[in-house]
Amino acid sequence: MEQHVFAPWLNPDEKPLIQFKGVTKRFGDFTAIDNQTLDIYAKEFFALLGPSGCGKTTMMRILAGFEQPTEGQILIGGKDMRAIPPNERPVNMMFQSYALFPHLTVWENIAFGLKREGIPKDQLNARVEEMLRLTRLAKFAKRKPHQISGGQRQRVALARSLAKAPKLLLLDEPLGALDKKLRQETQFELMDIQEKTGTTFVIVTHDQEEAMTVASRVAVMDEGRIIQVATPADIYEAPSSVYVADFIGDVNIIQGTALKAGDGYDIAWAEGRAPLHSKREGDGFSPTNGASVALAIRPEKVSISAEQPSGVTNAVKGRIIDIAYLGNLSTYHVELEGGQMIKAQTANTRRLSRRSYTWEDEVWVSWTDTAAVLLEG
Amino acid sequence: MRKFALIALPYTWLVLLFFVPFLIVLKISLSDLALARPPYAPQLDLSAGWQGIKDFFGGLDFENFIWLTTDDLYWKAYLSSLKIAVISTLLTLMVGYPMAYGMAKAPEEWRPAMMMLVILPFSTSFLIRVYSWMGILSTEGYLNQFLLGLGLISEPLMILNTPVAVYIGIVYTYLPFMILPIYAALDKLDGSLLEAAEDLGCSRFTAFWLVTFPLSRSGMIAGCFLVFIPALGEFVIPSLLGGSETLMIGKVLYEEFFNNRDWPVASAVAVVLLLILIIPIVLFQRNQQKEREAGQ
Amino acid sequence: MRRMSWFNATSLTLGFVFLYLPMLILVIFSFNASKLVTIWAGFSTKWYGELMRNEAFLDAAWVTAKVAVASSTLATVLGTMAALVLVRAGRFPGRTLFSGMIYAPLVMPEVITGLSLLLLFIGIGLDRGVLTIVLAHTTFSMCYVSVVVSSRLVTFDDSLEEAALDLGCSRLEAFLLVTLPIIAPAVISGWLLAFTLSLDDLVIASFTAGPSATTLPIKVFSAVRLGVSPEINALSTIMITIVAVGVITASLVSKRAAVKRRNEEQAAGRA
Repeated sequence: MEQHVFAPWLNPDEKPLIQFKGVTKRFGDFTAIDNQTLDIYAKEFFALLGPSGCGKTTMMRILAGFEQPTEGQILIGGKDMRAIPPNERPVNMMFQSYALFPHLTVWENIAFGLKREGIPKDQLNARVEEMLRLTRLAKFAKRKPHQISGGQRQRVALARSLAKAPKLLLLDEPLGALDKKLRQETQFELMDIQEKTGTTFVIVTHDQEEAMTVASRVAVMDEGRIIQVATPADIYEAPSSVYVADFIGDVNIIQGTALKAGDGYDIAWAEGRAPLHSKREGDGFSPTNGASVALAIRPEKVSISAEQPSGVTNAVKGRIIDIAYLGNLSTYHVELEGGQMIKAQTANTRRLSRRSYTWEDEVWVSWTDTAAVLLEG
Repeated sequence: MRKFALIALPYTWLVLLFFVPFLIVLKISLSDLALARPPYAPQLDLSAGWQGIKDFFGGLDFENFIWLTTDDLYWKAYLSSLKIAVISTLLTLMVGYPMAYGMAKAPEEWRPAMMMLVILPFSTSFLIRVYSWMGILSTEGYLNQFLLGLGLISEPLMILNTPVAVYIGIVYTYLPFMILPIYAALDKLDGSLLEAAEDLGCSRFTAFWLVTFPLSRSGMIAGCFLVFIPALGEFVIPSLLGGSETLMIGKVLYEEFFNNRDWPVASAVAVVLLLILIIPIVLFQRNQQKEREAGQ
Repeated sequence: MRRMSWFNATSLTLGFVFLYLPMLILVIFSFNASKLVTIWAGFSTKWYGELMRNEAFLDAAWVTAKVAVASSTLATVLGTMAALVLVRAGRFPGRTLFSGMIYAPLVMPEVITGLSLLLLFIGIGLDRGVLTIVLAHTTFSMCYVSVVVSSRLVTFDDSLEEAALDLGCSRLEAFLLVTLPIIAPAVISGWLLAFTLSLDDLVIASFTAGPSATTLPIKVFSAVRLGVSPEINALSTIMITIVAVGVITASLVSKRAAVKRRNEEQAAGRA
């Protein structure tokens, strides 16, 4: 079973395709990337995720060769990239604006990089045709970029950057210009193409849903630092910090102080209330007694009930302040005694009219001792 | 009704002071020189009724146009105007392109000042700008003094009153017309296109040839027409900088009218000049139209 | 940010030297004491004095100023109307001819415009003088004005004028109270353009001016045909200075307004 899971980062014998070694990039006084080290493996679909200005685009531009690191080293396939200009790197990039050449047809755009290599004409034609087929663009080969739709342009940009069969493809917000529905379809198409071609993809995005959907691993960045690198499931279920927990999805944060208790911790969170208990800590986090901590609980892991539930470790009484009905889900905003707000999410398997709770109802919210993650507060 | 008044005033003005005069030129170009006031025949005599109109149209002919083809002064002047306009347009392109490129690549905060430096000479008097070269290019002018002083030449160069002086004058006075459209095209160019070209294997230089240069083509075409069209009918520059051998059709027309007082031939010269100009004007309009469509 | 390459810096420097050196020489030698214009013989402002005593030049300058003010004002009114017609009138009979007549003078060689107007004035028996020059200048500069104003009108948000109508303005009031103030910068730059074109024009003026009225460019042209003269250098210096001061002031004023506006918008955004 273990062999079938794609996880080269767990294998100590695997050589990474890309290595950032202590890379720092400064623009004047501004530090875009602050002494970062990162390994990315062949055939990964790796996402750099973060808000704008976090340094993710700079990381990508350093890989492409448009920026030089101020300090540190970049290796691709074990080779130092410092002196190698963009046109000689085994890397291609799909630009956020697509950067399609407006004076060339779709066919000529895709052939552009291949022509630079001077490969024989019949091979070039075959390769372009293959790319057109892969991206379902054969019908549009003779059109200019302004004569096709946004989604088609996106595919031309992809085909053009894949045509040279690079070891590594960089995608800068590749779906940013598409509307939501098209974006979701295209996400699956991208994954499909990545799998078919076996190319390593590094994608830059600020859209956490997109990163979670497509990536094998996600690096969450903030202010020039990588905060956490993990699989989407781990990022969601086991965030390493409040920042990551808050950036990915919705989360309840309860601040308190920790006290070692049994195989977990008791968290004192409000005067005169029973402490909460948690058995899960964030990666490598073991608080000393009395340390201030943050308990992070996803809303869908919080149950809501009219009566005090029995057999659950954590149960707190509160009052419903707000209900957000989202169709498939409802989110209840519950104010606990003492003012702490907790969001609880339930799936709407029943009809709305028979909803059992309404505004101002007194309810109990509860969660198990493994539902929350204890983080540095 | 209000719309009618709004249209009527500028419309009437242009018909009376632009369109009608042009018809008069056309009509006189078909008339004959006469020792009279005004010095051409036939005159339209409406008091003679139908006969008068018939006589008038009967008196019109293409004699002046035939004259233009037989006297080699005229066709030589047309050809030499074309040659001078083409050569000086290409020279202006060669001077203007690197400047426009340099401006487009200059730091953002310098560009408005540079733009202003390009436009400023254009708003000072055309006549003065042409005149400023007379003192530089004459045999005892500043350029010859400078070169003699350096010992690069032993005899003063004869530049003023030659076609070379006319080329310099045209390049100098029309340079902003070339720089501005090229700069506009280069400025619009998305920097990521060049990065994409480099990413796909181009060196900086090939990226320029394969991406920047073709994408600035419409700017170059516009600039060339903006220089070529006025240069073809230019009068001041050949009058002040060109010698008596530098034939340009604008100057010929002026002299034909004022010195020889041959109004019919001067009009015919004007009509032919316009016919020649129609081709580049239509091409220019088409280029602009295409540009607008591409922009949408 | 990449620094400027050696090549770009060189071509820009050479280009600007080419554009400005001739005028700089002109200005320097206008202060030359010698009558021989190419040989420096010490600093003097005597040519400015000579110029001020030259009645013919002063008369011509006065005619030129009158013609420029009158023709640019007329051209601004007519050109703005023409721009409104071009942008807003939609279809009407003879529209193609109209837009043709607006754009044709921009590319028409001046010798032809001048010749055709002269033949018209002779044909209708109008004596050549200030009036004929004004008519001629108005005709070609109104086309420039209409191009400048219509390019602004194209981006004008029509709903502003509709709002004014909705709030009770007549069409004329809506234009005067809403549209005109908003397009005013374009109208003003159109006027300035028409003014400089009129000041600058030699060819059309030579055709349409009579013995009773001569403009400055005509005077200058007949003087410089005889060669370079220190008096003309002095005159050129004065004209270059006026234009340079005017253009730089205008651009500083508009830049200041833009900066002020941006600051106000930012302040409003923060509030």
